[in-house]
Amino acid sequence: MSLYVIVVGGGNVGVQLCKRLIARGHEVVLMEKDARQAQKLGNLIGDENVVHGDGCDLITQRSTGFNRADIVVSVTGEDEDNLICCQLAKEVWKVKRVVARVNDPSHETVFRELGIDDTVSATGIIFSLIDQQISSDELIPVGHLHKGHVEVVESVLSERSPLLGRAVRDIALPQGSFIVSIFRDGIATQVTGDSTFSVGDTVVAMVPIVRADELRAVLMARDH
Amino acid sequence: MKVVILGCGRSGASLALQLSARDHQVTLIEKSPESFRRLGKTYPCKLVVGNGLDLDTLERADVRNCDAFFAMTRGDNTNIMAAQLVMRNYGVRRVAAKVADPHRAEAYRKMGLFTINAAGLLAGIAKDWLLGEDYAPIDTYNNLVEEMEL
Repeated sequence: MSLYVIVVGGGNVGVQLCKRLIARGHEVVLMEKDARQAQKLGNLIGDENVVHGDGCDLITQRSTGFNRADIVVSVTGEDEDNLICCQLAKEVWKVKRVVARVNDPSHETVFRELGIDDTVSATGIIFSLIDQQISSDELIPVGHLHKGHVEVVESVLSERSPLLGRAVRDIALPQGSFIVSIFRDGIATQVTGDSTFSVGDTVVAMVPIVRADELRAVLMARDH
Repeated sequence: MKVVILGCGRSGASLALQLSARDHQVTLIEKSPESFRRLGKTYPCKLVVGNGLDLDTLERADVRNCDAFFAMTRGDNTNIMAAQLVMRNYGVRRVAAKVADPHRAEAYRKMGLFTINAAGLLAGIAKDWLLGEDYAPIDTYNNLVEEMEL
């Protein structure tokens, strides 16, 4: 299904997002208020996909077709602009789905209370990744399955990993967990009992959330 | 009354001086301290330097305990966001946002936010002065903006 997506804010986030959406065959318009930047964007993603104008201006919103947009995404560097753009899209133009970038993580709850349910906070994501790395010894969560009870994690094996040189069948994994794949030199390999582990391998595993600590103990070297 | 004003531009400073002259307790939030010069030599109010969308700054200005909040910066979106934030987060009832764009002012007025549109207000007063008409309640001037067809 092709959607009409309006993206506000022609910085890096906006451009990369638009490129992907266009490649998927969606109808995409990127709004940018700086004239020179808008011209640059035209060269990057095509003039037909760029509107030079203020994404919070109701007249510009009308001429850009906010009333028929399926999704409005506001990803400028200013939280106030993202909030107002999304609120107007929702309240005035009745856009069903609005997504706002939140630059100051403390604004995330504010946005939610003001009716913007979908927010993306790069700072928040990066911070939680760092936080996870510190607390979990580099067992990086990739996603959740089965309503969050099962976690998909990945881990890059260091030279201190106890798994090096050993075969999968000899490893005692926590109950209910599996090694899904081993990425070596960027290529995913199918895991059999004979597969062995080398330094630099990225191990992708599924583990029940309650057993994540046990899996960590199996995969990771004890720190000193 | 305890009043917090965000933005020490011409309108924010003027409002602060007028309210202080009537013995109200005014706190001004402003990110560039040089703007406080607009208050003259004797500062009649409490000054807080910081970004008005920053929750810590709002706490420092003690918005939690104010009777009224005015968002008077030159950024429409800043004012609209700050006003909503103060209403929602701190439960302040009397909140006003200065909004220069008449359409945006109208849209948010419909959503229940009290917005002051300087252009509409000024034009209305100028018209009444010229035609010798009585000055009307503020809402009348706000509604002078031609409704945009959506």
